[in-house]
Amino acid sequence: MSQILRKTLLGPKIYELVVATPRIAKKARPGQFLVVMADDSGERIPLTIADFDLQEGSVTMVLAVVGTSSLKLSRMAEGDSLHAVIGPLGTASELDYPGTVVMIAGGVGAAPIYPIARAFYRAGNRVVTIQGSRSRELLFWTDRLAAVSDQHLITTDDGSAGRRGLVTEPLVELLRGDADKSISCVYAIGPAVMMKSCAAATQPFGVKTIVSLNTIMVDGTGMCGGCRVDVGGQTRFTCVDGPEFDGHLVNWQLLTARQKTYVQHESCSLNRYLQLAVVQ
Amino acid sequence: MTDKRVKLPPRVPMPEQPAETRVDNFLEVPQGYTAAQARQEAQRCLQCRKPKCMDGCPVQVDIPAFLKLVAAGQFAQAARQIKASNCLPAVCGRVCPQESQCEGQCVLGKRGTPVAIGALERFAADYERENDLVELPEPAPPTGKRVAVIGAGPAGLTVAGDLIRLGHDVTVFEAFHQAGGVLVYGIPEFRLPKDIVQAEVDYLRRLGVKLELNQVVGKSVTIDELLDEEGFDAAFVGVGAGLPQAMNIPGENLGGVYFANEYLTRVNLMKAYDFPNHDTPVARGLRVCVVGGGNVAMDAARTARRLGAQAVCVLYRRSRDELPARAEEVHHAEQEGIEFRFLCAPLEFAGDGTGMVRQVRCQEMELGAPDQSGRRRPVPKPGSETLLDANLVIVAIGSGANPVLTRQTAGLNLNRRGYIVADKAGATSRKGVWAGGDIVTGSATVILAMGAGKTAAKAIHHYLLHGETEPKTDESKAVA
Repeated sequence: MSQILRKTLLGPKIYELVVATPRIAKKARPGQFLVVMADDSGERIPLTIADFDLQEGSVTMVLAVVGTSSLKLSRMAEGDSLHAVIGPLGTASELDYPGTVVMIAGGVGAAPIYPIARAFYRAGNRVVTIQGSRSRELLFWTDRLAAVSDQHLITTDDGSAGRRGLVTEPLVELLRGDADKSISCVYAIGPAVMMKSCAAATQPFGVKTIVSLNTIMVDGTGMCGGCRVDVGGQTRFTCVDGPEFDGHLVNWQLLTARQKTYVQHESCSLNRYLQLAVVQ
Repeated sequence: MTDKRVKLPPRVPMPEQPAETRVDNFLEVPQGYTAAQARQEAQRCLQCRKPKCMDGCPVQVDIPAFLKLVAAGQFAQAARQIKASNCLPAVCGRVCPQESQCEGQCVLGKRGTPVAIGALERFAADYERENDLVELPEPAPPTGKRVAVIGAGPAGLTVAGDLIRLGHDVTVFEAFHQAGGVLVYGIPEFRLPKDIVQAEVDYLRRLGVKLELNQVVGKSVTIDELLDEEGFDAAFVGVGAGLPQAMNIPGENLGGVYFANEYLTRVNLMKAYDFPNHDTPVARGLRVCVVGGGNVAMDAARTARRLGAQAVCVLYRRSRDELPARAEEVHHAEQEGIEFRFLCAPLEFAGDGTGMVRQVRCQEMELGAPDQSGRRRPVPKPGSETLLDANLVIVAIGSGANPVLTRQTAGLNLNRRGYIVADKAGATSRKGVWAGGDIVTGSATVILAMGAGKTAAKAIHHYLLHGETEPKTDESKAVA
């Protein structure tokens, strides 16, 4: 169970894992996520579903190596089995928006946004995708995203690919140029700070903006409450009420504060894991 | 019973790890009887002809029979005797509230201390397991019927154990990566070592129970699919009360404020007490406030103490007399230096400016008229606010019904609070689906969930053999 069928290096420290999980593949919908454990002493971490294949009975996840859990996953080989893959969790993306939808992907956010963009594209929406990253080598799946977009724009912080700057710049231009108000919805998936600025950028235009939150989780089924966020003054659980929420209503300050709960633990854990790896 | 006025010997005390050492480790607190102590204690049993202790047991263990075997030194036989009606004796011997069940009914309690039935149950089960004397019963002829059990907690494991022994093909679906439910995520290692739960689960596996871990029924697969597509003939739902109850006061979402479910799951299931050997961390507060007065609150407070807290304070809005926790747990907590503030309710958790909790603003309460539960309702005392320092807060005020499964199951009637409506035998409104444990009753005990599992297993067996539920009796009223 949960065997790695294919593993691909997408960029520096960015991996794509295709994992055999027939039950999940049958149920997965765009916007949902998995909880994953690399080994029996590992953490349970949430990863948004990047793709799913009913015929192969597989799901795809993309991860950037940032800490012990992602490092462990990145070091697993094709044929290895993950200790646990649980899902599909959370609610699926709401796809009933008319006209043009703008898909904004920041960094590894390109992975979870892909199945959502594809679903809109197949449903006949006009899809405009803005894909941003720090620099050229961190971009991946540009072809796949372009194939499900009517317009595909790239931005990089250093200008090494596409336009130099942040994703919010072309976003604001699109909204300004949208005289007939054909843009019904903006999706932004990426680091919290990027989603926050996208939501801030769209607010004056009053365009619905959906973000996918990546909070700390344990069970992923609404049991522990660790993933709670404040949305419009209401406490919501990211794992069952989300992970997608209205970006204009998310309390970003609280979200980032809660995400930092274990910063020190994370570096401690990573240092220890790296030391053990050296000894071995 | 007895009318002999002989002086009865006192109860053999349970050896315990001293408080000053145990606050630094997660090893079990009560250390168990020796064989000699067990025999001596078991000999105190009067072998009543109408044993009241059995009336107090939700699963009707033949207590006098097993005590007689312990007294005679036939320990493994004693364990087997218990297992005829209780498939988790090593667990129940540790976590059952015996003082309000079997031991609460024991006639010796009227003139002294009751027989230490729990400690002896634990002894017999541990003896059998540790000496590798566990025997598998003869397998029953297969009936060809398949049962899906949802949730590998006390209720589900009991159903699985009973039905497999009747020849049915049983698969247990568990959302977590380990079986045991509250026994592994909720109850701490120092009250119930996880090896013991593992051994009980392994026993069920050896009996032929299949376990499908990491399956969130309602998400990965639904009950409708299990029954209609995957060929199961019946299902039992024992998913527990897995929804934390919030206080709904300001600051509850600050960093460093946990619901007990998360705090305990990190520490117990994910073994955060062994961080960084296990990858899951948990915040280690120096000054900890735990809100609530039940067993979960005691577990959280004692865990925080073991994780290095200098001061742990339990805030409870009623008085000591109303504490829902077992007296033994409260006693152990006090021995470990846990402070209790009674008639004290938090009004707000205040942050330090960076989004982390720093203080708890509390209000003193006084007891007014009794409420629906019969306990006196706490009412705020005006002008009595205090501030307590805390860099870790654990909210342990109860759980509700988790809707992940129930929302996805057609034809399953729920009550107003989201719990499954089931009759006394556990039958739900949906044909072929039974339910029991906390998802029916709301948060209760391990043994009550096991009792519900036993009753449901009997009813499911009848249904599988006869294709219909047993005719309802007058007493089979819906549990609200």
